[in-house]
Amino acid sequence: MRQRIAELVPSLLAVALALAVSAAVVWLTGSSPLVAFAALLEGAVGSRDSLAEVAVKACPLILTGLAVALSFRAGTWNIGAEGQLLVGALAMAAVAQVGGSMVPRPLALVLGLGAAAAGGALWAAIAAALKLRRGVNEVIATIMLNFIAAALVSYLVQGPLMEQGGRYPQTDALPPEFVLPRLAPYRLHLGVALALLAALVAQFGLFRTRHGFELRAAGLNAVAARLAGIPVERRLFWAFVLSGAFAGLAGGIELSAITRRLYERFSPGWGYTAIAVGLLGRLSPIGVVLAALFFGALDAGSNTMQRTAGVSAVVVYVVHGCVILFLAALERWQRNRSQGT
Amino acid sequence: MDEALLSGILQTTVAMAVPLLLAALGELLVERAGVVNIGLEGMILVGAFAAMVTSYFTGQPWLGVLAGMAAGVGLSGLLALPVIGFGANQVVCGAALNLLALGATGVAYRGIFGMTGSALMVGGFPSLPLPLLSEVPVLGAAIFQQPLLGYVAFLLVPAVHYWLYRTVWGLAWRMTGEDPYAAAAQGVRVEVVRAAALLACGALAGLAGAYLVLAYTKTFVEGMSAGRGFIALAIVIFGGWSAWGVLGAASLFGFAVALQFHVQALGLAVPYQAALALPYVLTLVVLALSGARWRAPLALGKEYRG
Repeated sequence: MRQRIAELVPSLLAVALALAVSAAVVWLTGSSPLVAFAALLEGAVGSRDSLAEVAVKACPLILTGLAVALSFRAGTWNIGAEGQLLVGALAMAAVAQVGGSMVPRPLALVLGLGAAAAGGALWAAIAAALKLRRGVNEVIATIMLNFIAAALVSYLVQGPLMEQGGRYPQTDALPPEFVLPRLAPYRLHLGVALALLAALVAQFGLFRTRHGFELRAAGLNAVAARLAGIPVERRLFWAFVLSGAFAGLAGGIELSAITRRLYERFSPGWGYTAIAVGLLGRLSPIGVVLAALFFGALDAGSNTMQRTAGVSAVVVYVVHGCVILFLAALERWQRNRSQGT
Repeated sequence: MDEALLSGILQTTVAMAVPLLLAALGELLVERAGVVNIGLEGMILVGAFAAMVTSYFTGQPWLGVLAGMAAGVGLSGLLALPVIGFGANQVVCGAALNLLALGATGVAYRGIFGMTGSALMVGGFPSLPLPLLSEVPVLGAAIFQQPLLGYVAFLLVPAVHYWLYRTVWGLAWRMTGEDPYAAAAQGVRVEVVRAAALLACGALAGLAGAYLVLAYTKTFVEGMSAGRGFIALAIVIFGGWSAWGVLGAASLFGFAVALQFHVQALGLAVPYQAALALPYVLTLVVLALSGARWRAPLALGKEYRG
């Protein structure tokens, strides 16, 4: 138990430091950090409605955070959750366009979300194959693929997938069969439950199965793992592909439950925030859920903050960036100290 | 194709290539010292922001340039601390820096200029035609009618090459990137070299941001770096980690970016997004074809523990 609490210390410290830095940024630009944070808190947890909104905002972050956690655990750096999410949403939009109202609801959702996961997995598989077959650094490959995915979405929503009538660069609204049910009157939807389920599956898979153990071993020390007979390359490949599937699913769920249309700038950068989510969650699925809820609360609260306190909502990116920086530094500092160097 | 169109495309190419070239030269310097700086995008953005604010309030574009470079240096210092001080992961911290820059410039811009969103313009730099050379048909208008910063960027190419290959410091610099332990055994202070390289990279990325504002858009837009930092990362790879290679790659990618503005005028039957994706696809193809860690500094991205 004491060790568990000790593990929480860097995360809490990083969050506290990040909030302090953002308060300084708000103060320097001539607003009151107290007023801003009060508005943020009000917007995040002030009512039942806002609590539901926190869960809604957390949903894509849980899934992309899992994507990051999974690949980082395997010792590979998937910076491409953003692109994988976009391709996932694209796959679902395409399936819905083709399927239309011909497919009954449960099947339509299974097909659509399945396509989303497959799309994300495929996009990740490109980077994984380039790494394993051609030795291409996966960080560079996934960043490049993020931009290619964004260009692809931009082209398709202005071209082949543009809405009928063609007024705006977006796809048609999904047919009702492809829409995830909501818990009226809130925007809370079934996808949140799916995301939580995914986290449980990931937690179990990572810590209670042989493949999960081998994946973690490959990440901790690839050479030792290989000597122990673990097929390291195969584990890396599947960790990457599964990671992409989670990110793709995030895109599909967001499309199906919230926006219902795909357009340029569909993602406000979930794939990059996901790195902060994964690290803050200490790369454990349960931790990722908690971290995603925290970032979801920030996100939900920041809109209220912008409206009532006049502080731009983009201040949350400062929090995201600081959390990552502080965590990365604190973790190393802790490790260096425990090794006595 | 008529001459005016060709000249127009070349002009856009050069204007697009200059900020890419500046940022990529910075990234080249830092990568040759063994550090990969994913935070380039954020450094361009803060450079642009600082240049905008400073020249808006002082009316002095040159102060804007200095402020842009200083902002880039400041942000790279923020990266140097965890990465070189603590040996934290370079990729993760660089990605964090981009988020930080996006948030901080967004908040600060709206804090200072209000939420109106009305476009504020700064004077910026006029173009400086060189006598005679600017009269050369087609090429003259593109290459010899630039703002001063444009010429500076091109002159930096031989300067960076000379620094890396013809000076003692350059040798120590490259050793640090290939084998920091061997470098340390020779008496090179690896941490100092890497920190210096990172700060130099920040200065050049900040300069790239200042160029965007003062010589190109004449205003600031949130997130205006628009992926240029990532294209610059690709340019360094594409250019094979050499200054001249970087010049070639920056020109090529500048051309690809310029194409998207001229696709219609050229009557090409390709969507402009194809031009948009071209630099990234090209990079992947080159990396895939050339195989593992092609000509990259051997210690690139690896933590050094002295």
